[in-house]
Order: sequence, then structure tokens, then C-alpha cells
Amino acid sequence: MYVQEPKKNRIIVTVLGPDRVGIIAGVAQVLAENNINILDISQTILQEFLAMIMIADMEKSYIDLATLKERLAAKGSELGVQIDAQHEDAFRFMHRI
Amino acid sequence: MLTLAEIMETIKMVQEENLDIRTITMGISLRNCADPDPRTACRKIYNKITRLASRLVAVGEEISREYGIPIVHKRISVTPISLIAECSHQEDYVEYALTLDAAAAAVGVNFIGGFSALVHKGFTGGDRVLINSIPAALAGTERVCASVNVATTGAGINMDAVYLMGRVIKETAARTAEQGGLGCAKLVVFSNVPEDNPFMAGAFHGIGEPECTINVGVSGPGVVKNAVARVGNADFGTLAETVKKTAFKITRMGELVGRLAAERLGVPFGIVDLSLAPTPAVGDSVAEILEAMGLERCGTHGTTAALALLNDAVKKGGAMASSYVGGLSGAFIPVSEDAGMIRAVEEGALSLDKLEAMTCVCSVGLDMIAVPGDTSAETIAAIIADEVAIGVINNKTTAVRIIPAPGKKVGDKVTFGGLLGEAPVMAVHPYSADNFVRRGGRIPAPIQSLTN
Repeated sequence: MYVQEPKKNRIIVTVLGPDRVGIIAGVAQVLAENNINILDISQTILQEFLAMIMIADMEKSYIDLATLKERLAAKGSELGVQIDAQHEDAFRFMHRI
Repeated sequence: MLTLAEIMETIKMVQEENLDIRTITMGISLRNCADPDPRTACRKIYNKITRLASRLVAVGEEISREYGIPIVHKRISVTPISLIAECSHQEDYVEYALTLDAAAAAVGVNFIGGFSALVHKGFTGGDRVLINSIPAALAGTERVCASVNVATTGAGINMDAVYLMGRVIKETAARTAEQGGLGCAKLVVFSNVPEDNPFMAGAFHGIGEPECTINVGVSGPGVVKNAVARVGNADFGTLAETVKKTAFKITRMGELVGRLAAERLGVPFGIVDLSLAPTPAVGDSVAEILEAMGLERCGTHGTTAALALLNDAVKKGGAMASSYVGGLSGAFIPVSEDAGMIRAVEEGALSLDKLEAMTCVCSVGLDMIAVPGDTSAETIAAIIADEVAIGVINNKTTAVRIIPAPGKKVGDKVTFGGLLGEAPVMAVHPYSADNFVRRGGRIPAPIQSLTN
């Protein structure tokens, strides 16, 4: 078992908040601008809230994860939702052996 | 591919159930810092700590950001100072404590453990000097934690040390009376002390440890409590299985963070400590887990059995999740740091005697207990003797962190603030153990020590 450098690895972007037009477009725009490839998107409505999850690849990203988090948070406040990005290992380690 | 439900589960644990990494503790050996000239020794100590731990806080914060998991504390443990200071032939070691405090402040950690001595079989000259320096050291520093190991299963109980610690605790309380005896919250008396414990106040870097290492303590009483609540009235097998699975998930986070921190700091990864460590925050309480199992209040009949089930299931799940487990690894039941424990004491459900029984089946011991300010050194020593006897006979770690709160009576409250919380003052038995404690000498090692 080894831990890969986050720069070369996959991230999970989570969006939580009231549903509205343009959320996916907004998040995808931030990712595209920074050359981050979206691998998978899934979403559900939890207690009238939108929960959306994107798995993305930061291999060729122009920015690091900390900067991406800031940009996503800014986009989130613009859209009225909470957006965060975390390294995929935080989830993989917990749910997969 | 991860499922949406799995991802949401992890996010919920962190955001709603207080899952966090309680501490990343860097263990640093100071064995090459000993010097006959105390000034030289202190300079070496300061330089070594600030060099090795310079990036500890930054790396902790970086991992916390990238992985979205809070890392509450970054801390340092060092070789027991009695071993390092001994060759400098001083009459007190307060200067060493001040050096540790300054080094901790310089690298930005909130606690540094290791103002310690191991005296389970007897004292060396340096051990005595260190122990006698504890009250002044804790009164004169902010971040330094002290611990003394007074018993092991292999050596028996050093009752001279037990009695001495009773007096040292009283003096420490007196010297920090204005803060409610706060110094005592940073002083732990142990039996069978582990050498790789990442949790304060009892952390030190043992003599069998490498030059530098990273040990991690996880925390997740809130996550376990909610999992227990979700199974409703299911039978004990289901209950244990639920706790086990939850503990596995919590511990995986600790394993991940520990490996990352060790890799980024360029030091070997030591252990994950599986202890469930509560905080004063509501919903982050071990007592509330026991209550969720079906007890009206923590401390009532059935509490010891509930805690035994919890502690065992946490270990079973945690051991599978980590490649190296160590430290204390058991549920903590500190009174002042656990909102459910505080409530149980205040409502009269939980007594000192019941706490003592509970420590038979979990780590660590009588932890963060406030007792009346007029409790004698002999009574405190007797409380320590009882607790370490449990550890020695049962081949486990036990500890006492007790605060004879100056000027306080049963029913009063002592507030330490922050993670140390606030402690309701608990009653001690009024009958004397003076003649027992004053006998002096050593209680022999028990028959179970003869395993060879």
C-alpha cells in the first residue's frame, strides 16, 4: 500500500445545497478552465437538497488541490451551494481494502 | 468506483458526527542531547526539536485541507527527560521544562509530552530530581506535560513512588491554584505505560523507539454513537458488529493520515492508537455511546458490561484497519472532557468507584477527575495505588490524572477550558488509608508476571 501524491491523482468534488439551474455547468467550468478531467458524475436529492458528486482527474491540472478548493468554494457561494474537493483516497481508504 | 452512498457516509461522519484525527504526534528521541552542562543539553534539545518538527504543523494542515478531514492537534513527545537530564547533576530540571515549552511554542504545537520518569522498580538520582521538579515545571510552563510510571506487571508497584506522587499532585494543584489546579491536568501517573502513546498528557517517546516517528490518534465517539443508535434494539451480536465496522472505517482515516504525514515529513510511521477519545462537544461523548446502548445514564448498573463490549469491538475493527496498532488503544473515559460523563456525575449516576470499575475493561484509568481540594496526599496516593493495581494484575495500562481542586468542595465545578473541559468535583471516601500508604517499599510483581 502506498499513498500517491495528490497532484497526480483523483479527487472527489462534492456539491451540497438547494437545486437550481447551472450547478453542474458552474462546477464543470471551473474544472475545465484548470484542465481537470471529469471521470464520473452522480447526483441525488437528499431531503430536498441536491447532493452531487464528481470524480475528476487532476493529473494534468494547472493548479494544486488547495487552490482548486478555493476556486470551487468561490463558485459555490456564487451559486448558493457548498462545494468542496477532497483527495479520493480519503474515501477509498475508508470503503475499500 | 466509489458509490454516492459511501461518499456521503464519509462526509456525514466528518461534518455531522465529529469524526476527526485527534492528534498527529511526532516522537523525537533526545538521547543524543544529554550533556553534563545543562545549558548545552538544553540548547541541543531545543535545536533538535525545532529542526525535526519544523514542518509538523504545516504538513498536518496541508493533509487536513487536501483530504477534508480535520486534524485537531499536532503534538510532540520526547524521551523521558529524567534520562536526558540525569548526567547534568542539577538540583532541579525546571530549565529543561522551559526549554521544551519554548521549542513547542516555536514550532506551534499545543502540547509537548515527556517531562517524565520511569520508576516502577525504583528511583535513580535523576528520577527523584525530575519528580520533585514537576510542580514548578508545570506551574512555570504552558505546553509541557509530565508523566510518571510507578508500576508494571513485571516489576510490581513502587509504593514509595505512589506516595510521592500523591504529594507531588497536591503541590502541583497548590502551585496552579489560581487556574483551578490546572497543572494536575497535565500530569499522569501510570502503570504499564506504553512507549508510543500519541495522546496527551501521558505521551513520551519510549527508549525502544526510533530516532523520530509519527504516531496518530483517531477520534470518533460521535460516529460510533450514531451507528449504535441506528441499530435500535438489535441484539448484542449485531451491536458489536456495528461498532466493529464503524471502528474499522474511523481507523482507516487514521492510517491514511499517519502514512501521509510520515511520508511527507520523511520519518517512519509508528502506530495508530485506536482509542475513542471524546471531547467536551455535544455528540462527541463516550458516555453517550453507552447510553445509546440502552443505559438511562452512564454509571448505572450495566455500564461496565456496555463499556467492555464497546472497547473490545473498537479494537477488533481497528486492528483490521491498521497495519500497526499501538499506544493506549481503548476507549477513554475522562470525566471533564466528556459532556455525557459530566452530566452523569452531576446527576449522581456516576461515582468514583464506578469509574474505577470501568477502568478494568478499558483504557485508560481515572482520567480528569476533580476531587475536593482538602483531599490528602495519602488519599490521592491510595486512589493511585488502587488504579495501578488494576493495571498490574490485569496486564494493562492504567493511569490516574486527578485534580484536587484548591478550595473546591463536592458539587462545585472546576473549569479548565478548551479540550480539558470542566470537571464536577467528585466525592472521595472519608476513611483514611494513611497507614497503608505510608508503609513504604514495593508491592511485589504478581504471579502472572512469571510467564517465561
